[in-house]
Amino acid sequence: MVRKIKLQAKNREFTRKISELSGEVAMLCEQCGTCAGSCPMLAEMDITPSQMMRLVQLGQEAVLENKTFWVCASCYTCTVRCPRGIDPAKIAEALRQVKLRQAIDYIRIDEIEPEEAKKLPAIALVAAFRKMTG
Amino acid sequence: MNELEKDMLPQAVMITIYVLSRQYHVPAGSTILTALEYAGFKLKKGVGCREGFCGACASLYRLQGDYKLHGGLGCATVVQPEMQIVQLPYTPAPKAIYHLEELEPVPEVFTQLYPELYRCLSCNTCTKICPQDLQVMDYIQAAVRGDLEQAADLSFDCIQCGLCSARCPAEITQFNVALLARRLVGKYLAKKGKYVEDRIKEVEASKFTAGYQELQDLSPEDLKKRYFERELNNLIY
Amino acid sequence: MLPQVVMIQIPYYPGCTLKNKASNFETSALAAARALGLELVELPRWNCCGAVFSLSSDDLMRHIAPTNIFLRVQEMNRDHLVEDEYRLVTFCAMCFNVLRRTNQRLRESLEDRNKINDFSYLETETYQGRVEIVHLLELLRSMGWDKIQERVQKPLTGLKVAPYYGCMLLRPKDVGIDDPERPTILEELLRSLGAEPVDFPLKLRCCGSYQTVPNKDLVADLAYDILSRAQKAGAEAITTSCPLCAFNLDFRQKEIQQKYPMFLPIPVFYFSQLMAIAFGLPQEVFGLAGHYANPKTLLATKGYLQATSPLEGG
Ligand code: SF4
Ligand code: SF4
Ligand code: SF4
Ligand code: SF4
Repeated sequence: MVRKIKLQAKNREFTRKISELSGEVAMLCEQCGTCAGSCPMLAEMDITPSQMMRLVQLGQEAVLENKTFWVCASCYTCTVRCPRGIDPAKIAEALRQVKLRQAIDYIRIDEIEPEEAKKLPAIALVAAFRKMTG
Repeated sequence: MNELEKDMLPQAVMITIYVLSRQYHVPAGSTILTALEYAGFKLKKGVGCREGFCGACASLYRLQGDYKLHGGLGCATVVQPEMQIVQLPYTPAPKAIYHLEELEPVPEVFTQLYPELYRCLSCNTCTKICPQDLQVMDYIQAAVRGDLEQAADLSFDCIQCGLCSARCPAEITQFNVALLARRLVGKYLAKKGKYVEDRIKEVEASKFTAGYQELQDLSPEDLKKRYFERELNNLIY
Repeated sequence: MLPQVVMIQIPYYPGCTLKNKASNFETSALAAARALGLELVELPRWNCCGAVFSLSSDDLMRHIAPTNIFLRVQEMNRDHLVEDEYRLVTFCAMCFNVLRRTNQRLRESLEDRNKINDFSYLETETYQGRVEIVHLLELLRSMGWDKIQERVQKPLTGLKVAPYYGCMLLRPKDVGIDDPERPTILEELLRSLGAEPVDFPLKLRCCGSYQTVPNKDLVADLAYDILSRAQKAGAEAITTSCPLCAFNLDFRQKEIQQKYPMFLPIPVFYFSQLMAIAFGLPQEVFGLAGHYANPKTLLATKGYLQATSPLEGG
């Protein structure tokens, strides 16, 4: 399927914003798909990490409605494998931060079952809250 | 402030303070509460024991030439020239509902009842604002790692003023977490003092009923007199 | 005869989970370290490191927590709790990763350092990058595997253990303690202890980490893949250095068993538990309580547990 996208100033602005937040130059991505092929969370994602990269390159703010960057576990497999030396994990974090800074959380702490909360180690809660609540 | 008290400050040096951004001239040496009253505020809320114990008069202030936001108790903080003041007597705070009898003194109580605790960033902002000079971050961190005793110990002097919670970037209700820790330690872990049990027995045996009745029958004037003449140093705890 | 050891004292950061849910891991690690002459002195005052390194460029607020911890190491030196020792030892792979990575960032950026030092104005010290973060495994490697081997009294002969690295020990490359794609450090440890390391393809594959909070089914699936591949390769047990991996791989076996009834439970050891066992330390420090998949049966069949003594706490 071919989709024609006309880039406007606001698209470039979004790309710039994500690059600034992540400290990574998304434009360097050559769409090789290594990140997608290495990602342990792929099955749970709605777009692949490389598609996420492409949407950021194209300044498509709609990427913020995808699940991929929330499902990312910050395992840094893509980080060590990207042939262009980009860190897609940082791009995912930037996308999370855009949402969290709009006060849109991914998880609701009060929805965690008390029985489950009792079992979970502190490390899991601290990490999840840092990644998924703002 | 009654006339008598006002008379006691005739030669007081006056200083300028700002309350809710309006300028007032008040006697130097006043506390925030007396300064507010001098300026004409009628305090019905945000004032309590006036002795630094109840935590009702929490106030925020800034000093001239200092970017820091300070917290203090209105009854215990002396005003300074050019001070900007607002009272923050209450911070809305979620409070977990629990029955102490059904809880166990285990680390899991925190993950269950106050999971948001795990959002703490260890930024120390709470410690900076605490008017009781508590290591608030440290007691919260003790709770994070499930150390009930340390959390209770470090928060012992908390008066629940709420300032820490108002400032916390992680939106934690520190003082309620601390209360839970102290309650559990008090009920399950702390050494039991025999004197408490003895005193409870004495109360139940109506040992103090007559004494209380005597106080209740006094006129307000006599009661005040008795209060100011009480022998502080002889109080037996 | 055991070789004589000279004790050295190094500051130690436990992290929240080793003090709480996984205190059994800490017991074994401290005891094993002591047996090697390492006296790990816990920071007198410390806070949670944050568990995950904040990846955005401007989020300095989240780097304050590790910086506080570095300051405590300075204070320990100031107060002579240790002498001129700026190494900080951790066991927890997540703490290790966050601390080392934050330290790296602060060393590289004077601006970040100044901002945090200025923000933390209640502190009596400022941080300039002096602390060195060390994982216990790195310390072991630098002592020499032969030294570890010398200390072994009950070699774990015939115990087939799959080393599971996960993420935080190895990635990113400049933070990791070994080659990010072909690590050997856990294998070397296992061999020094007399055990048989079992290689399996998913030893570097993420267990799902903190996704265990919103999505335990997903993590159960990931854990199932990892565990069953290790079993297929012949492993009788798994070992890891991360308490979150240990939780996901061990406690999610409950969900795994519900989803995959054919699955046979497999014990998950913290690396230091295996050290404590092989060093012939007292059974109480093994920390075998607090596991989901029972590790005692396996150890008992192999003869590493005295069947007569109560296993309570051990
Ligand atoms: S860091 Fe995130 S996107 Fe990258 S491989 Fe790991 S889970 Fe996938
Ligand atoms: S591995 Fe790197 S270059 Fe390849 S698609 Fe992913 S981000 Fe782009
Ligand atoms: S202000 Fe909140 S986030 Fe900061 S240390 Fe205190 S409790 Fe933690
Ligand atoms: S800990 Fe918080 S509520 Fe308690 S006295 Fe200090 S600022 Fe007030």
